[in-house]
Amino acid sequence: MIADLTRAERQWAMMILGALGIVGLAMAVAGRNDLLGIHGWIVLAAGLGGFIAFMRGKDAPEPSDDRLNEYYDAPTRLGIILTLLWGVVGMGAGLWVASLLAWPELTFDAAWASFGRLRPVHTSGVIFGFGGNALIATSFHVLQRTTRARLPDQISPWFVLLGYNLFCVIAASGYLMGLTQSKEYAEPEWYADIWLVVVWVVYFAIYMRTLARRKEPHIYVANWYYMAFILVVAILHIVNNLAVPVSFGSAKSYSLFSGVQDAMTQWWYGHNAVAFFLTAGFLGMMYYYLPKRAGRPIFSYRMSIISFWGITFMYMWAGSHHLHYTALPHWVQTLGMAFSVVLLVPSWASAGNALLTLNGAWHKVRDDAVLRFMALAAIFYGITTFEGSFMAIRAVNSLSHYTDWTIGHVHAGALGWVAMITFGSLYSIVPSMWKRPSLYSAKLVEVHFWLALSGTVVYVFAMWNSGVIQGLMWRTYTESGTLSYSFIDSLVAMHPYYIARAFGGLLFLLGALVALYNVVMTIRMPAPATEDAALDIPVQPALQAGE
Amino acid sequence: MPFDHDTVVGFSKSFGLFYLVTLSVIALAWTYWPSNKKGFDEAARLPVREEEDRPWR
Ligand code: HEM
Ligand code: HEM
Repeated sequence: MIADLTRAERQWAMMILGALGIVGLAMAVAGRNDLLGIHGWIVLAAGLGGFIAFMRGKDAPEPSDDRLNEYYDAPTRLGIILTLLWGVVGMGAGLWVASLLAWPELTFDAAWASFGRLRPVHTSGVIFGFGGNALIATSFHVLQRTTRARLPDQISPWFVLLGYNLFCVIAASGYLMGLTQSKEYAEPEWYADIWLVVVWVVYFAIYMRTLARRKEPHIYVANWYYMAFILVVAILHIVNNLAVPVSFGSAKSYSLFSGVQDAMTQWWYGHNAVAFFLTAGFLGMMYYYLPKRAGRPIFSYRMSIISFWGITFMYMWAGSHHLHYTALPHWVQTLGMAFSVVLLVPSWASAGNALLTLNGAWHKVRDDAVLRFMALAAIFYGITTFEGSFMAIRAVNSLSHYTDWTIGHVHAGALGWVAMITFGSLYSIVPSMWKRPSLYSAKLVEVHFWLALSGTVVYVFAMWNSGVIQGLMWRTYTESGTLSYSFIDSLVAMHPYYIARAFGGLLFLLGALVALYNVVMTIRMPAPATEDAALDIPVQPALQAGE
Repeated sequence: MPFDHDTVVGFSKSFGLFYLVTLSVIALAWTYWPSNKKGFDEAARLPVREEEDRPWR
């Protein structure tokens, strides 16, 4: 990595790392009586470690100009590995949290292992660690291929990727120590939030600078989705995290908002995090890798544009469906509900577009597990958005809210859509990224596919059942008008489903481990004798399943 | 004009409607504008085009 950089870039890198180390030291000193201090030491270690690596590598010869004849894929390669590692960590935490709900004694009386601390490690680990790294890695790949332009420089992609992972580490380690600002999906405290803004601005700048140098006249639709993801996440993140720290030496901060305004801001953020992090970015992935793998252009390019504008306009207004029957004004709830229902149109336009693209290539879907991952993702995207629009209707929400039905919906989206499209996309680029003729084992992809599918089905059905039972038990009255079931009765009824869910999660996690193994073994395969033989993607025949 | 609840509601219910209808009309017109079709068709073939996996210089 260091040898890739020009001399000037190495100096820049050392300045950035030095500055990071100084900031870390300042945090460590100012926060010495606070948990902030521990994060200071982590930041200092990151800055110092990087700096030392550069001290040792800075005298490597200047890279040859030949590099400009190739895309800059090194950040994508590391991003892929980080995605898979965070996947295992985040899903491992998910399995633990799931087990805690079935067997609460698994905290072992340790504060850091309590449900309240491990749960955000799971959600941030999978959404930001796994999903975020996948988005960064694939966006760099797609951006370069669809503009035919190399990334503008070799340092900002590393800054984004490594800076982002530093944020993830700060977030996860903070939760274990009990640091949180109690906003779901926005738990990290003010200093981590500021850091993420810096990283994100650089990320957006990479996109703009590469687009400015593009060779293709038209900006392929996948890039629009990626850009919407980057831009909107920046806006959401900044507004929802507006807060005043107690002091510069304290990790604790107080939000600028309070009461119902706070709730509305949080769920405007929360829902659009779903929309632009877990949906728009991954749609970008789908719109590039699915046609590419299927060898067919997207069924209707126009439909993809309409879905794009539909999604970007409407999601913004749907957040209030998270606050049905609260102090939020009734008309705002109704507004969110109406937009959520209409949202089904652009959502299904995307799902349908993907499936119609596969129409005529179903034999490929049957034979190629990689493409099957993507096809299944499109199906689950359709299911989840239908379910979401339905749950957003106030009367339905009165049954589903606070129950495991929401958790079922979340994981139909998270496992079935987000994780499946990610695994499919990663498998499809791993061989070309490491210049190998094929993956180490197509059989293992097949194994992973069935583990992932069965894990998802077990998980989601367990939660649907459990959620509806729970909801019904809470609203069943006796003839005399009292509740038929106590809360503890509903917990007892949940128990078998919690065990089933943990089992489904175990299957899914095993699949993620298989993926990691397969990718590592692919990287360790001997490189083909002539580099050119492996240059062009995709390597179709070698990946046929069952051969 | 006082900045109270009713004003905000009134604004959202009127301006919001026109804003979204206008944006939809623009998006639809642009998508279906006949002369844009060629560019879209070319763009759609971008991922499946057979070419060297290299940037331009
Ligand atoms: C091994 C697989 C997984 C298991 C066992 C698992 C388990 C869990 C559990 C037990 C919860 C807490 C539910 C509750 O509080 O009642 C949860 C929440 C959540 N998980 Fe997972 N999960 C897995 C994978 C994923 C993935 C891959 C994603 C995202 C890409 C994800 C996203 C979420 C989200 C967003 C929540 C919060 C839901 C809410 O607050 O409504 N999970 N998960
Ligand atoms: C048209 C699209 C969608 C609509 C209208 C929608 C609607 C909803 C509704 C009504 C809830 C329940 C709110 C509550 O009762 O608290 C919800 C929760 C959730 N949805 Fe969706 N959904 C959609 C698509 C998706 C997708 C594709 C995902 C992705 C992975 C997703 C992830 C989530 C998450 C993580 C939550 C839990 C939030 C929380 O309470 O922590 N949704 N959604």
